[in-house]
Amino acid sequence: MINKTLATCLEAVSPVFDGATVMLGGFGNAGMPGQLIEALRTHGARDLTIISNGAGTGDFAMGALFGDGLVKKLIASFPAPTAKQFREHYLKGEIELELVPQGTLVDRIRAGGAGVGGFYTPTGVGTELAAGKETRVIDGREYLFELPLKADFVFIKALQGDRFGNLTYRGTMRNFNMVMATAGKYVAAEVDEIVPAGSLSPESVHTPGIFVTHLVAVPRHPRLLELPAEENP
Amino acid sequence: MMMLTRDGIAYRVARDLPEGSYVNLGIGIPVLVANYLDPEKEIFLHSENGILGVGPTPAPGQVDLDFITAGKGYCTLVLGASLFDQTLSFTMMRGDHLSHAVMGAIEVAANGDFANWRVPGQSVPAVGGAMDLAVGVKNIFIAMSHVTNKGKPKIVNACSAPLTARRCVRRIFTDIAVIDVTETGLVLREVLPGLDAATIQSRTEAPLAVAPDCHEMDVPETFKGIQLRQ
Repeated sequence: MINKTLATCLEAVSPVFDGATVMLGGFGNAGMPGQLIEALRTHGARDLTIISNGAGTGDFAMGALFGDGLVKKLIASFPAPTAKQFREHYLKGEIELELVPQGTLVDRIRAGGAGVGGFYTPTGVGTELAAGKETRVIDGREYLFELPLKADFVFIKALQGDRFGNLTYRGTMRNFNMVMATAGKYVAAEVDEIVPAGSLSPESVHTPGIFVTHLVAVPRHPRLLELPAEENP
Repeated sequence: MMMLTRDGIAYRVARDLPEGSYVNLGIGIPVLVANYLDPEKEIFLHSENGILGVGPTPAPGQVDLDFITAGKGYCTLVLGASLFDQTLSFTMMRGDHLSHAVMGAIEVAANGDFANWRVPGQSVPAVGGAMDLAVGVKNIFIAMSHVTNKGKPKIVNACSAPLTARRCVRRIFTDIAVIDVTETGLVLREVLPGLDAATIQSRTEAPLAVAPDCHEMDVPETFKGIQLRQ
């Protein structure tokens, strides 16, 4: 019987080795695998290359990961000014940054997951992000050649999952989680709830279990459940 | 000098978004456009993190943590909205499916080049979806102040700040004018009431042609104010 569930996030991150490439899902706090990232911090593998949209904010989960000295490189599109830990260590020269336009980041991950060896896009042509990239004119328009991205480990967040690894999301949680799930050798999902096999409608499965190695049901990171200040009585 | 407020620029941009358009609004003045859309037009606002049909900010006590916009604020959805992942979202942005993108800018050049992603001197670069929208959406509208806080023209012969994309801006909405970018250069279409074309040109580095039907902007008095800085 297939059962991809694990009891703890620490088990889920235990195979991560020094020097690994790790994708982290989420956009802002929505769909951020906060507990898996905290487990990754505890696990302590070093010299990681992180692929994510941003660099987190604040002093927990992704925001804190960059302050732990575990990351040597970030491939991202939007390390926001609020990503204080990343900013500090980037400016000291301790973390390398490969900045990628967001849509190109998405398509590079999609290419990695789909077995595509690269693609041409007009995004970035004529900008400093085109430096060193092969160009090609197609139908009179200039394009940049972009390479696929794959990861040794992918950590994502979903709403529900079943023992087969089928996942569903809610609201804006899908963001990078769905595409990253296709691009890893090992994919672990943090879910609010593991539901009995057969209770997810096949039509409503967003990430089919074929992409998922393991899943863990865990309450969301408490900081991800905080309402904005004006909502607190 | 009299000029439009930030909300005034947003109000004027909203007038140029047609019924049924699919629009991405950038941070800054562009997001204010949402407050001035006629609900009858049923314009769908796109958020790059995976929403078509962004609605108003939720009422107090109604926040749902799973619903955020690209600006990381909480949101509701409108009737007819849809939710999706990054692949589909950027397919909309890169594949010429959205009808309009409204963005801020540091500089816009006479040929439609613009710069908006990296302020000179910014220590940590961040680009997000700006370059994707710029090359993937036909109608690129820029909403910005006409000059910098120090009075330096932002509509220039050539951008000095790092480019977002080449030759893609269609229309520029500022606090004193509406200007089209055409094959032959910039064309002044509207001026703030009380100003003339010569005044607009004096605050613009790149040469402006004046459209034969150039006229005064139609914007309510509440959106006009006196510039305090400079």
